[in-house]
Amino acid sequence: MYGKGILKGLSVTWKRFWDTYTEDISWMLRGKKRYNTEEGIRHRSSKDTKGIFTVQYPEEQLIVPEEFRYVPFLVYDEGADGKKEVRCTSCGICAKVCPPQCIWIVRTNDPVTNRPVPVPTDFYIDMDICMNCGFCAEYCPFDAIKMDHDFAIASYERNVYNLNKLLKPASYYAGIRPENYAREEEARKAKEAAKAAKAEAAAATS
Amino acid sequence: MATATQTQTVDLAARFPGMVSADTRPGYTGFIVNKDNLIEVATAVRDEFGFDLMTAVTGVDYIAENKMEVVYHAFKTTGGAGLVFKVQVERVDPIEVPSLINIWPGVDFQEREAWDLYGIKFTGHPDLRRILMWEGFEGHPLRKDWKEPFYEEDVKPYKSRWPEGNHTYAEEKNPYRDNLNFPEGFDPEKFTVDKEEDLYLSLERDTAKDVDGSMKTEHIVVNMGPHHPSTHGVLRVAVTLDGETIIGLKPVMGYLHRNHDKIGERNTYLQIIPYTDRLDYFNSMSNNFGYVTTIEKLMKIQVAERAEYIRVIMAELSRVQNHLIFIGMLMNDLGTMYTPSLYAFEERELVLDIFEAVSGTRMMCNYFRFGGVVRDIPDYVLQKIKDLVFERLPAKTDEMERFLNENEVLVARLKGIHVLNAEDAIKYSVTGPVLRATGVPYDLRRADPYSIYDRFDFDVAVRHNGDMMDNYLIRFDEIRQSLRILEQALKQIPQGPINSQKAAYQVRVPAGEAYGRIESPKGELGFYVVSNGKPNPYRYHVRPASFVNLTAVESMCKGSKIADFVALLAMLDIVMGELDR
Amino acid sequence: MDNEKLSLPNYNIPQDIENVVAITTLDRLYNWGRRSSVWPLMFGLACCAIEMIAAQTARYDMARFGMEVMRPTPRQADMMLVSGTVTKKMLPSIIRLYNQMPEPKYVVAMGACASSGGPFKEGYNVVAGIDKFLPVDVYIPGCPPTPQALIAGMIKLQEKIDKESISKVRWYNKEKFDGNYVPMPLLGPDLIDVRRNTEIRDIAAKKTTQESA
Repeated sequence: MYGKGILKGLSVTWKRFWDTYTEDISWMLRGKKRYNTEEGIRHRSSKDTKGIFTVQYPEEQLIVPEEFRYVPFLVYDEGADGKKEVRCTSCGICAKVCPPQCIWIVRTNDPVTNRPVPVPTDFYIDMDICMNCGFCAEYCPFDAIKMDHDFAIASYERNVYNLNKLLKPASYYAGIRPENYAREEEARKAKEAAKAAKAEAAAATS
Repeated sequence: MATATQTQTVDLAARFPGMVSADTRPGYTGFIVNKDNLIEVATAVRDEFGFDLMTAVTGVDYIAENKMEVVYHAFKTTGGAGLVFKVQVERVDPIEVPSLINIWPGVDFQEREAWDLYGIKFTGHPDLRRILMWEGFEGHPLRKDWKEPFYEEDVKPYKSRWPEGNHTYAEEKNPYRDNLNFPEGFDPEKFTVDKEEDLYLSLERDTAKDVDGSMKTEHIVVNMGPHHPSTHGVLRVAVTLDGETIIGLKPVMGYLHRNHDKIGERNTYLQIIPYTDRLDYFNSMSNNFGYVTTIEKLMKIQVAERAEYIRVIMAELSRVQNHLIFIGMLMNDLGTMYTPSLYAFEERELVLDIFEAVSGTRMMCNYFRFGGVVRDIPDYVLQKIKDLVFERLPAKTDEMERFLNENEVLVARLKGIHVLNAEDAIKYSVTGPVLRATGVPYDLRRADPYSIYDRFDFDVAVRHNGDMMDNYLIRFDEIRQSLRILEQALKQIPQGPINSQKAAYQVRVPAGEAYGRIESPKGELGFYVVSNGKPNPYRYHVRPASFVNLTAVESMCKGSKIADFVALLAMLDIVMGELDR
Repeated sequence: MDNEKLSLPNYNIPQDIENVVAITTLDRLYNWGRRSSVWPLMFGLACCAIEMIAAQTARYDMARFGMEVMRPTPRQADMMLVSGTVTKKMLPSIIRLYNQMPEPKYVVAMGACASSGGPFKEGYNVVAGIDKFLPVDVYIPGCPPTPQALIAGMIKLQEKIDKESISKVRWYNKEKFDGNYVPMPLLGPDLIDVRRNTEIRDIAAKKTTQESA
C-alpha cells in the first residue's frame, strides 16, 4: 500500500509525542519533580530518557562531569591572613606546551640580585585564542593552572585575562573538581611527608 | 599491536633497474623513481603489481638538499601493505613532475593541492588551478622559505611568551596589522580583481555538449555556495545547468582552509593533537586515533593494553554518532527538515556526554596521547557506555530504520540515483562507506588492521548497487557492526595502566617518515609525517577522506537533477574542516 | 518574568484598576518584541556551526528564545552568528551577506576563531577576528563554545538589545545613518581591505626602499 511507510514513520513521531506526557504523568504520580531538579536532569540525560529531552538552560543546567573543561584559571591558596598565595611559580611550562601559544607570562626578578623569583609578575591568557585543549592544566607540575567549569563568559569586548582576573581560590577548585582536588592534595601531602622523612634521615646520618 | 608497518613486498628497483632505486635514507621506505620514467613505472605499479588504489599524493620541500619531492602512496583494494614511491626534482622553478591523472584519476585534487601549496607543476594535468587558495595569491605557502604575515619563529614554543611575556597582540607586529602580506611595491588601486575565468573556462570545457531532447535550451551557470544551506559548510560548486539537469560541475573549495599543515609543521608533536580534533569535527576521537597511530609508528612504541580498548571504544562510538548525524543530515537535505535530525542529535548528545565525561569536552576531545590516552574511564562512565551500547543504541537504530526505511518519498529520492560502480569508485580513490556501498569490501580495520581490530569479530558492511539507497543503508549496517565491536570491547576490556609512556610534553621522535591510516567514519584518514629528529615534524600532511572522495562528484552527478546533487553531497558525507583543512 | 520587566516603569497605578491596566514604555515594548524574535542567519562556517546546530536541537532548543528561525537568506535575518574560522577566501562572501542584512542587525562572534582568529590565527588564510571588518556585538569565548555557552551569549545579546532606546537607535536616525555599510574586500596577492588602500600602498612602497637600501 502506498503511504504505509509514511504512516509507519509518523507512528514513531506520535509515540515520541505521547511519551512526553506519559512520562510527565508517571513522574507526577510518583510524587517526583521532573523539571528543575537534579534527579530530573540526570534522568533526561540517561539511557532511559523518553519524550521531552530539553534542559531549559538558564533555568536549569546540564550537570557537567568533573572533567569538563572550558577556559583555564589560576589557583591560589588562601593564606592565614587572607593573603593570596599564588601557586604558579612562573616556570613557563604551560606557555611552552600551549598549542596556539596564547599564554604570556612575566617572571618576577628579584630587584636586588636580579635572580628569578618563583612568582609571576603578570600572567595573560588571551581567551579568544585559547582552544580549550587543557594541556596547560595537564602538564602543570604545581597544580597551579586548572580548567574552569564556568562557560557563561560571553562579553561585549575581546577577552584578554590578566593575573587578577585569572586567579580563583583553591576552595573554588575543590568545589568544581572534588576528586581531582582530593587526589592532588593526597599526592602533595605524601610528597611533603617523603621530603620530611628524607630530611630527617639526612639529619640522622650527619 | 598489529603489524601495521609491514615490510615491502614488491621490489620495484629490481623490476626497473636504472629507473628506480630504493630509498636508503634512514627511517625512510619505498623507492625513488626517475622523473622521466614515472609514467611507465606508475603504470606497472597499477597493472603489473595490482596497486589499484592511489590514496595519497603529497609534496615535501627538502630545502637544505635543494630538492622537491613528491610522495605517492598506493594500496591494493584487496588489502595488505602499500607501496611508496617518490620523485625528486631540483628545487628550481618551474618544478615539473608528470601528472598521474591518466593512471589514477583520483590524484586530481591532490595534485592540484601540491601545485597550490608547493608550486609543483604536474605536466599533463588538464585542470591545474589553485585549489585551496584563490588564483592570484602570492607564493606557495607550504614551501619552507615562505613566511606568513604573523610569522614569529620557525617552531613553537615561541620565545616571546616566557619569561618576559608582556602581552602584545600579534597584530601590532605586522606592518599591515591584519595578518596581511603584500609584495613590495604593491598598489591596490591599480589592482584588478580576478574574475575566475580559469574556473569558468574549465567548467565550459568539461560541460557535456550533447544533451538529448529536441528543444533547444540555454545553459546557465549557477554558483551554489559558499554560503548555501545544503553544502555542509562553506563548499562552493559551480554548475552548468540545462534546465534542471547538471551538465557540468566544478567544486570550488578552500573557504575553510585553515592552514593545518603549515601550523602543524611549527607545532611540537604533542601540540598537533588538539589541532587534529578540528579536522573532522564530528569525529575528533578518530582523528586523534589516526594521528597518534602514525607517530607511534615513527616512535616504535607499544600502546598500553587497556588504552587500546579505550581507543577502540571511543573511535567506534564516534562512528556511531557520525553515521546517525549523517542520516539526519541526509534527510534534512532531502527536505524532511528537522525531525530525523533531531532524533539523531538526541542520540548524539548522549554519546557526547560520554566524551565529555572522559575527555572534558563534547567535540574537541584531545583525548589520545602517544602510548595511550590521557585518563582512565571512570567506572560510572563505563557503565553509561554499556547502557548505551547494550540497550539504547540498538533500539534507537531500529527505531530510526522503522521511522525512515520504507518511507515512500525517501525511497523515491534515493533508489537508483547517483549510481557509482566499483571500478569508478576505485579509479577515483574513493574510500569509506561510499566505496563499500559499491561492493568493494575495503575496510582498513580488516584490510590493513591497526590497533587491536584484528581481535574483534565483525563483518565488513558491503552493499552492491552503489546508489544512494545503498549508501544510506550501509550506514545502518556500519552502526550495527560498530555496536558489535563495542560489545566485544566492553566485555574484554582489561584493567591496567592507560599509558605505556611517561607523561611528557616533549616527545622524542626518531628521524624518518611514516604514513599512518585509519578507517575514519568518512573513509581513509591518512597522516604522512616526516621527522628529522627535532621536536617538531618536518613535514606533516593530512590525507582527508572527504577531500579525495569529492573527486568522484563531478562524474557522478552529470546528467542528474540539481536537487539530487544536494543529496549527493550529503551522501558523500563531506565535512569542510577535513576537506579544506 | 517578561511581564514584570515590561510593566511599571516607575509609575504607580491606583489599586482599584491594577488588574485592568498595564503601563509600559515604548522602549520596553519595542525591545521586548525584538529580543524575543532574533532570527539568525543560517550560516555555518566551521566546527562552531555544529555546536550552533546542537543548540537548535531538542536538548538546548533555542526556540525558547525565539531564535529557532534560521533564515538562509540575509534579507530576513537579524543576527549574523559568525560560527567558526573566517578565512580570507570566505571573507568577501561574509561581508556581502552582512551588507545585505537589513537593520537592525547584530553580529555575534561565536568561538575563538571568529573573535580573534583563535588557534588558527597565525595561518596565512585566516582573518584575525571578524571584528576587523564587522562591528561585533557579543564575543563568546570557547573552542567551540558549548551550546549552553552559546545560549549564555545570546542572553547577553538580549541584554544589549534591552538597553537600546527607540529614539536613539541608528537605523531611525536619518541624518547620521550610513547603513553600516562595509566595503567589500578584494582577493589580490593577499586580502585587500579597500578602506586602507593608501596605507597598504605606503607600507608596500616602503618595503621596497627598505629592501633595496
